[in-house]
Amino acid sequence: MSGFALHRRSGHVIATFTGFEADLLRSLASQLVELLRNEAAAPRTGLDSFEAMLDFSGPTSEPDDPVLARLFPTAYPQDEESAAEFRRFTEGALRDGKATGAATVIDTLEEAGLPPELTEDGLVIDVEMDRATAETWLRSFTDVRLALATRLGVEEGDDDVWLAMPEDDPRTQAHDIYQWVGYLQETLVEALTG
Amino acid sequence: MSAASPVEVEPTQTPDEITLVARPWITVVWNDPVNLMSYVTYVFQTYFGYGKAKAQKLMLEVHTDGKSAVSSGSREEMERDVQAMHEYGLWATMEKQE
Repeated sequence: MSGFALHRRSGHVIATFTGFEADLLRSLASQLVELLRNEAAAPRTGLDSFEAMLDFSGPTSEPDDPVLARLFPTAYPQDEESAAEFRRFTEGALRDGKATGAATVIDTLEEAGLPPELTEDGLVIDVEMDRATAETWLRSFTDVRLALATRLGVEEGDDDVWLAMPEDDPRTQAHDIYQWVGYLQETLVEALTG
Repeated sequence: MSAASPVEVEPTQTPDEITLVARPWITVVWNDPVNLMSYVTYVFQTYFGYGKAKAQKLMLEVHTDGKSAVSSGSREEMERDVQAMHEYGLWATMEKQE
């Protein structure tokens, strides 16, 4: 596992994954898509007003799910009304954008040869993508990491906590995956800026 | 055809005030334990078009001070910037410049 690199001649970003790694990335991206597409938008308040009944453009209050609340932060912390308006006009597009981004990750992996069901041992997936696709992957890695970190309760400077956690604790494995995606993202930033 | 009529300049308004009126809102990016320093710098360079030095300075402000004002402008412009930061997964809010 060496992460992403820039292929100088084509300007494309390349990476080689084992079948297991590619399958794991697809699974993380799929979970993100599912969360973004299936979790119902937060209920609106005051549905009895005429204006509210005609408004089907988007949610106005913060999502209940902490992951979604982190992905779609409140833009105006001191001004509830402006925050609701902002959310109504942006959250739908943001959700679509993030879901489409995660779907792009899945498509890239499958086009590179990842089968629908991973059965074969020793499978190697060579990924090659243009800058725009690599940018999409970069943003999607952020969304995946934010989701994992929110579920795990990751905090600033808590490395010792995770190191001290027993290996058979399921959180240890999830945290390892979180760190692995972070490593991949770091190499992707380097490939895009190097 | 028309000719411009002489315009009176408001003598009591200082350039500072004019600037403030034109750029009354700011986008604030907050620190979070997840986003990589290199990624945050990359976002500031890519989206705002800032040079590497400025992008890194802002990123370090976020990291050490907990937040940084990364852009200023009209309310509409700042809503665009905040939305873009959310697309990138950064925790951004907006407020009126003090």
